[in-house]
Amino acid sequence: MSDNPQNKVKIEARDVQVFYGEAQALHGIDLDLNANEVTALIGPSGCGKSTFLRCINRMNDVIDGCRVAGTITIDGQDVYSPEIDVVELRARVGMVFQKPNPFPKSIYDNVAYGPRIHGLAQSREQLDHIVESSLKRAGLWAEVRDRLSASGTSLSGGQQQRLCIARAIAVSPDVVLMDEPCSALDPIATAVIEELMEELRKDYTIVIVTHSMQQAARISQRTAYFHLGNVVEHGATQQIFTNPKNQQTEAYISGKIG
Amino acid sequence: MTEPSNPSARKAQLAKRYRAERRFRAYGIAAISTAGLILFFLMGSILLSSLPAFTQHYVTLDIDITERHVDTQDLANSDWRALARNALRAQFPEVSGRKEKRALGKLLSIGSSDDVRDYVTANPSSLGTSIRLPLTLSDDIDLLLKGVIDRDLPENERVVSNQDLAWLDRLLDEDRISRQFATRIFTNGDSREPELAGLRGALVGSLWTLLVTLLASFPLGVMAAIYLEEIAPKNRLTQIIEVNINNLAAVPSIVFGLLGLAVFINFFGMPRSAPLVGGLVLALMTLPRIIIPTRAAFAAIPPSIREAAMGVGASRLQVIMHHVLPLAMPGILTGTIIGLAQAAGETAPLLMIGMMAFIVDLPTDVTAKATVLPAQIYMWANNPERAFMARTSAGIVVLLSLLLMVNATAIYFRKRFEKRW
Ligand SMILES: Nc1ncnc2c1ncn2[C@@H]1O[C@H](COP(=O)(O)OP(=O)(O)OP(=O)(O)O)[C@@H](O)[C@H]1O
Ligand SMILES: [Mg+2]
Repeated sequence: MSDNPQNKVKIEARDVQVFYGEAQALHGIDLDLNANEVTALIGPSGCGKSTFLRCINRMNDVIDGCRVAGTITIDGQDVYSPEIDVVELRARVGMVFQKPNPFPKSIYDNVAYGPRIHGLAQSREQLDHIVESSLKRAGLWAEVRDRLSASGTSLSGGQQQRLCIARAIAVSPDVVLMDEPCSALDPIATAVIEELMEELRKDYTIVIVTHSMQQAARISQRTAYFHLGNVVEHGATQQIFTNPKNQQTEAYISGKIG
Repeated sequence: MTEPSNPSARKAQLAKRYRAERRFRAYGIAAISTAGLILFFLMGSILLSSLPAFTQHYVTLDIDITERHVDTQDLANSDWRALARNALRAQFPEVSGRKEKRALGKLLSIGSSDDVRDYVTANPSSLGTSIRLPLTLSDDIDLLLKGVIDRDLPENERVVSNQDLAWLDRLLDEDRISRQFATRIFTNGDSREPELAGLRGALVGSLWTLLVTLLASFPLGVMAAIYLEEIAPKNRLTQIIEVNINNLAAVPSIVFGLLGLAVFINFFGMPRSAPLVGGLVLALMTLPRIIIPTRAAFAAIPPSIREAAMGVGASRLQVIMHHVLPLAMPGILTGTIIGLAQAAGETAPLLMIGMMAFIVDLPTDVTAKATVLPAQIYMWANNPERAFMARTSAGIVVLLSLLLMVNATAIYFRKRFEKRW
């Protein structure tokens, strides 16, 4: 799965700077994310991976005192331009958060909520179908098929995370942003999610934050290494992991820092 | 702190710690028991002194409805009082003097005429016959029979004369005196006669007033809280507003009454003594008490829930209506109900707008003249008749039961809508 030069750029970030009040979290990020690829964002804790991810679907808008400068375009359209409808953008750019955050509603309603508010299902059967297929793709169906009306918060941490993944893909987004989706999962569930990403990549653009080097190497086509709010190195995953150009990158990947 | 290595010193330290913990627990238990005891005595004494108000003594007499006093065309204005009085005189044929006759008639409450009228109105066939009916006794006789007035006191120190006592004893001997549940306390409006005074007018007035309060303060309070917590940017202006809302909750309630008098009555020309004005004044007082807990309920909802909803493309309104509001509902309802309960027990602001008034008729709408329960209790407490003492306590018991029910509802709602995450 080497990088495919035909893949066109889906998301373009140019000189993205983010400030939380006075503190600057991102110092001018330039990054191209290709369609039909998985891009892995790696780097030490607190280096701004989540912050960058949240810029793409404008989740930072709701944080008081957070300011974003620079441009991010999706399909050539500036995400931060006034014409953009944030609601529509977020429906198009799905997100799985770092901490699992199911709604305190039933498992079914958790997954059905997105399709419902966007009118994706014309009938109850259609909605049932969306819920079932989303849960199946997230590898949760077998565990919850008998208790779809149980509360989403009654699931275990790892199950909650998969529920959130099912919820995100239920609205069929173009782009899926995943912030450490496997951090609470066992190897089997992780394998299911990695398979899902491989499958989703056929149609979508995937960006994933991970602290597992093996996972980044396994599933991503491109990798970006973040350090203290900068992208230190960005390139094909194979190249980054076998022949990193930057010393910091090499040190991080081989486990010397971070 | 480092642990002493010496085993015996260590043991001593442990024992000291346990002692301190036991002492602390004992303080806690002592505090709770003291509070419980005080509450118990308070409630006990109120309940005990209210008991006489819930029963009433009657004298059973034979009444001739054949007399000229009954006007069949106009039952309401017939001379029922004379009928009742004559029935009593028939028991004591030896009483002849004008003064004595009057004294005898005073054994009966003026409410005894209502007893006769109500019976005849309900049973028109009894016209022209003789009926046997329990008639309400006057408050002083009632108190004497209940033992509240001591019959062994010298005559000049008790309200009931020796003559009255002799008549009463004869009626007792003839087994004509009975004690029944005093329904009038729940079915009547206010009255100058304690045995006829009831809480119904004040209850209805309280309900009308609280209805206005609820309708005015709930939507306003919840909308203000939603705006401040979920929509408004956090800046200088909203900070000032927040501080002022908190201050508003601490404003003495009589100030709201003055405001109501100046604005609603003098400026807008709304009627005095009306539940409409009372309700609006109480709504002003209740607003901060709804806004503050509602905001707290919103703030307690983890931001991750909002992010989750926004992450699947919910609009701001959808986030609020589908997620935040339902989760905040138990907190909002509890705050509102407790705010209303406080309003229900409030007298001071209503004083200013004329709701502390002697009103006999039941208020039929929010612009009719009315009083409220706590005001009624205060007015009864100020009456000189001894029987009003028990009536006052009974009013307090009814008000407390009402508040207890309201608070139970609050707990029910909280349990019902509570969700965990
Ligand atoms: N809501 C916030 N308010 C203020 N500062 C924030 C906020 N969120 C993040 N930061 C700061 O921004 C910087 C980047 O944080 P970010 O969450 O993007 O790190 P990360 O790379 O995702 O780390 P991790 O791997 O631990 O999740 C950190 O220094 C953090 O303290
Ligand atoms: Mg992060």
